[in-house]
Amino acid sequence: MECQEEKPIIYTMENKPIVTCAGDQELFRSLYTTLAQQLPREPMEWRRTYGRAPKMIHLEANFVQFKEELLPKEGNKALLTFPFLHIYWTDCCDTEAYKGSVKEDMLRWQNSLRTHASPDWVIIVVESNDNKKKNKTNILPRSSIVDKIRGDFCNKQNDRCVVLSDPLKDTSRSQESWNSLLLKLRTLLLMSFTKNLGRFEDDMRTLREKRTQPGWSFCEYFMVQEELAFVFEMLQQFEDALVQYDELDALFTQYVLNFGAGDTANWLGSFCAPVRNWSGLLLRRPIDMEKRDGIQRGEASLLDLRSYLFSRQCTLLIFLQRPWEVTLRALELLHNCVQELRLLEVSVLEGALDCWVFLSCLEVLHRIEGCCDQAQLAANCSHTVGLWAYATDKLKSLGELCGLVSEKGPTSEDLNRTVDLLAGLGDERPETVHSLQSPYKKLKEALSSVEAFERHYLDLSHAAMEMYRAIGRLRSARLVGKSLAEFYMRKGDAERAENFLQEALKSYVSEGWSLPVTHTRRQIAECQKLLGRTEDYLQTSALLAGDVNLSTEERKHFCQEVLTYAGKPGDQSHKVTLSMSVFTELTRLQFHPAKASVHSGAVLQVELTLRCLMPVSVHLQQLAASIHFEVNHGDTLRRSKGHQRQTNQGTVEFSLGSSATGGMPASALVPSLELDEVQDRSPTDNSLNSTAVVCRNTHLLMRLHDSSSSSSSPPDTPNCINAAPVAMKEGAQMLKVQDVTLEPGNNSIILTAPSERPGTYILRQLCVTVGHVQFVLPHIYPSVQYDVYSQEPQLTVEPLSEPLLAGLPQMVKFTLLTGHYAVKKGDALQLSNTETMPVFPSSSCSACILSPADELVGESLLSIQASEKVTSISLPPTPPYHTLEFQLQVLCIIPSGSQRLPNERLTNGEVRHRPRSYSHPDTPMAAIDQRMSIDCPWSIYSTLLALTFYIPFKTKHSLLSAGNRKYIQVWLRNVSDVNFTLADVKLSEKQQASLELQSLNTKTQQLLCSRHSVFCLWEVRWKDDLPLCLQCVFSANFSPLNQDVSAFKPFHYQFQLERVPTLYSVKAEIFPPAGEQHCRSGLLCGLEVCITRLTEPAEAELAEDSKTDSDGLKTTKLMYEVADSSSNWAVCGRSSGTVSMPMAANATHKVQIEVMPLFAGHLPFPKIKVLKYLPHTPSTTIQPDPDSCLENDSLSLLDKTLEDQGDTASIRSRGSIHSVGSNEHQQQRSSTMPRLEPFSPGQVFNHSQSQQVLVLPAADDHIIEVNAT
Amino acid sequence: WRVGIAVIAKENYPLYIRSVASQSELKFHYTVHTSLDVVEEKISAVGKSLGDQRELYLGLLYPTEDYKVYGYVTNSKVKFVIVVDSSNTSLRDNEIRSMFRKLHNSFTDVMCNPFHNPGDPIQSKAFDGIVSGMMVQTG
Repeated sequence: MECQEEKPIIYTMENKPIVTCAGDQELFRSLYTTLAQQLPREPMEWRRTYGRAPKMIHLEANFVQFKEELLPKEGNKALLTFPFLHIYWTDCCDTEAYKGSVKEDMLRWQNSLRTHASPDWVIIVVESNDNKKKNKTNILPRSSIVDKIRGDFCNKQNDRCVVLSDPLKDTSRSQESWNSLLLKLRTLLLMSFTKNLGRFEDDMRTLREKRTQPGWSFCEYFMVQEELAFVFEMLQQFEDALVQYDELDALFTQYVLNFGAGDTANWLGSFCAPVRNWSGLLLRRPIDMEKRDGIQRGEASLLDLRSYLFSRQCTLLIFLQRPWEVTLRALELLHNCVQELRLLEVSVLEGALDCWVFLSCLEVLHRIEGCCDQAQLAANCSHTVGLWAYATDKLKSLGELCGLVSEKGPTSEDLNRTVDLLAGLGDERPETVHSLQSPYKKLKEALSSVEAFERHYLDLSHAAMEMYRAIGRLRSARLVGKSLAEFYMRKGDAERAENFLQEALKSYVSEGWSLPVTHTRRQIAECQKLLGRTEDYLQTSALLAGDVNLSTEERKHFCQEVLTYAGKPGDQSHKVTLSMSVFTELTRLQFHPAKASVHSGAVLQVELTLRCLMPVSVHLQQLAASIHFEVNHGDTLRRSKGHQRQTNQGTVEFSLGSSATGGMPASALVPSLELDEVQDRSPTDNSLNSTAVVCRNTHLLMRLHDSSSSSSSPPDTPNCINAAPVAMKEGAQMLKVQDVTLEPGNNSIILTAPSERPGTYILRQLCVTVGHVQFVLPHIYPSVQYDVYSQEPQLTVEPLSEPLLAGLPQMVKFTLLTGHYAVKKGDALQLSNTETMPVFPSSSCSACILSPADELVGESLLSIQASEKVTSISLPPTPPYHTLEFQLQVLCIIPSGSQRLPNERLTNGEVRHRPRSYSHPDTPMAAIDQRMSIDCPWSIYSTLLALTFYIPFKTKHSLLSAGNRKYIQVWLRNVSDVNFTLADVKLSEKQQASLELQSLNTKTQQLLCSRHSVFCLWEVRWKDDLPLCLQCVFSANFSPLNQDVSAFKPFHYQFQLERVPTLYSVKAEIFPPAGEQHCRSGLLCGLEVCITRLTEPAEAELAEDSKTDSDGLKTTKLMYEVADSSSNWAVCGRSSGTVSMPMAANATHKVQIEVMPLFAGHLPFPKIKVLKYLPHTPSTTIQPDPDSCLENDSLSLLDKTLEDQGDTASIRSRGSIHSVGSNEHQQQRSSTMPRLEPFSPGQVFNHSQSQQVLVLPAADDHIIEVNAT
Repeated sequence: WRVGIAVIAKENYPLYIRSVASQSELKFHYTVHTSLDVVEEKISAVGKSLGDQRELYLGLLYPTEDYKVYGYVTNSKVKFVIVVDSSNTSLRDNEIRSMFRKLHNSFTDVMCNPFHNPGDPIQSKAFDGIVSGMMVQTG
């Protein structure tokens, strides 16, 4: 049991709700320990008003002896000292004792409670068996005394009297009664809390509503609401306690904002007093009584109030184990305070706020460090780093204010300021006096000397940077680094400053932030100048001179820096090499001529468009482009398509570099793969050897990859964006121009490219020299190249008009590309003459000379001398790489037919006469390849050229027979597109003098139009015997239509006819059936075939296929066959058979066959075929082939088809065709098996061919079938 | 400055950056650039927890003594940053949100322009107008 002190308890953590105890103090004291222990053991559910969520709460109580003074007086709203419950203890079991003293005492107690309106009370009656034993006499039943008390005091509130049985015994009954007592106490306590807190809150709200009334004081209200917060804290409801403070915070903030909006509250005046103390937050005490008193008295400044509020919030948050919220709120608070002071226009000594913020930051960090372990701290850097950075910032500005950053050290004015600032800190708080690292000591020390400041500032900066790095906020880390760099610059330590600046610059460049880039780069320039790093400084200056973010004056300044250095007199051998991209940009390159391919020695110009980034015009001593030379190994075809496309227009556009434009970051400009197809073709026949895909910009891609993969840039790279300048290769071939002035903006510069050696020239680098300074573009990309070629002279011949016709004089065009060869006077082309193609030299033949650009430069007559073997053409003198053209008339003689005999056609004729189609795919013209051999002056070898001529005609011949009479027909077709006049058509026989060919053609001249034919016919007449074989020559003259007689050219056609004489005549007759005048359909008729031998056998025939009969007569076997292909006739009985014919003139054989007409009308006779039958000669050696029958069948079938094909003499029977190409096996077979051989068309004459016979319909029925479909 | 607005590409280079006062433009650039740290932090934190359906508005990125920096990130990882002077206490979170929404809409219009090459700095007059309007409204 503790005594209540006079002063209100504030150390709330030790506080508990007050419960008063009246009655038997001895009794209570004996039970106190158990009670105090047992009460908080079980949680109770606390149902809240205003819809707040119910909470489980462990109740504790501070039991104090009842005194009348403890009861709250009228109007006293203190909650902390409020007794929430009053208990009266008694163990009276004696009615007398009760009536005598206890009841009286209770009444007094009750009265005093009632006068103070304290309705929360309870009477506890303790029972024990010991007491009962002591007072046996006056013992009443237990219930009776309790009932008495209840009757006397608990008017309808029976629960206000509780019995506790045998409290000191360890029995289940005792336990039970304890439990019910505790439950009752807890319930009553909670009821009291609810009621009293509710009332308090209502009062508080009423007070808050009055805030618009004059005279309302925030500080008073603050104390009231804080009382509530204290009670919640007392009840360990920290969340609720925090809410009270947050509400106060918000209320105050709103007032400040309203003040800003012009709505002033009177009470705010005290907060607007000038700030005199900036000692920072104090978070080491649960309650800062000093500040609290200040608030209570209405004397607190804004910083005091804010500090006190925050310290309470901090305490509660740490109770709630939310330290990271503390740091977050701290940062917000500090920012907010600065803003609020500004808003309220509170006068503050310069730097005082910086001190306050600095101290506060460190205090918060210390507080957090005090309640977290190292691992937790490390894991939550992100929450603390803001405070570290803020503190760093503030210290830096303090240092600047107090002259601690300058190289010279603080002035006396600075020192005075320092003293004033330190005075505002006051004395160090007792809590931290003994701590070595207190924020107070740190600040004091830091402001005491330049060295100490530097140490503290660097510590803080590095700590902040490391934390930022640790949590991946690299940009923030770099910004701190930049700030550090500025510090170093002020201290004159340019080297360290540059490191930090470079790192920051790298990040700005890689992410494309142009303004920070410019700013940082300017700082770097300053460092580099201080450090005397000329090359780097010049490079940076050049970059800045082209930086559009800077003003023109600044740019001119930096440009002048470069030019001044460049113009310094001195050793010219040492040159500073800088990247060209900072100075000028190559935007376009144009070739003149555009094809970028010239013959060796020709003029090729390269026009560069350079965009100068400098703000002033710059005079260049030299501009040079280095060249890489590659010899083409005589293979000009090895060239990629991509390259051809690129230089097709002769213009290459370069995409702009990123450095100066500043739009996109370097990382976003990854060049795309540039792939080209490369084909390697054979130089001789242009066939594809290999094909490949090459990447043309590997050097760029690979380089980019390397630099991005290595995270740390090499330290000697001055600016991370510029490529390390590459020195120009000395001695290499170059395109050069001296003394050029580049104006700002686009400049056009023309260079002349070297073109002596044939090969490929690749432009590699560009270099600009300005005095001591060189600007180098290490890679020209996309790659630019031009070709210089050397060409062999080339002679071609082509027709002047397609197609060239054989047999007529035709013009052909000779084209000579001179290449590297200069045609001298006296040079001549020697054409070897051929018989098949004579050249007609004409006197008016002239030659044209064309320049490489196809312009006519000269024309001269050609002198052509023809000798027997050679035609010599003297050429006019022609310069190299010119074209010489002239035309000649040639005639291709049509080969006479002797080479085109019918039987030759199969062997070589197939190849020769295959029609070739050029412009007229439908017109088959036989082609002749005519080769020319020409000796040229530039080569020891002859040049072979070929021309293709086409024969305009096609010819065919045939032998026609009428009995013994013979006719020869020649068919001539004009297959060309030209119309001809045909004259003097003749046919002659070469060998037989006695033979006469009588022309049946009437016209001497006739028109033969394109794609039309002419037939010519001759009758053969002979005196003695008709020769077996005839050698004929067809000849005609032709000329293109409408040309005079002299233009007629001959055309010959040779051919041979064999087996000319007619051997047999076949006569057929059809007889109607007996008794009928005409044949009738469906009735059998007789067909009589009469085969007559017309001629005596010739010697050859006798030897060939005859055999001697038994009676000595020479006979030959014939086979006849009646076949009706059109199904007019039905052959009844045998349709074929063999007959033996005596080999003598007029030998006749008749065959009777029955046939039946199937239709009525004029029916053609059935076809009668006569074939040579060659019986088999028995052979012992070779067995008959099982296929032989098939072979036989196929033969006869073949013959049938032959019959249908017509009777052209030029087509021999297939059987004999087979025998021509037959092999040994076939010959053997043919001699063993009987064989059929057709006669040549002229050998058998059919009298009844195409003869018809009248067939009447069947007599008995006249049914006509009509089918309508 | 009173207010500044920046649009930053996925690759973290500025597509559009504008502030009212020109004398503190440099500081504004530094601020926006530094704020990308927090933007990235927030994006990765949000990405982990919510997956696809994430809030585009990132809220207050970080406060400083002088100004507040708010962030917003589109689904294509283009970031919008609005920087407001700390003394401007009248701006509520909702207003900032609606500013971002407006910006996003206008930005989408810019991207829909077939003649605009995504990744190029924004030079649209319409977008500029929207931004100017906001600056007048809040500044």
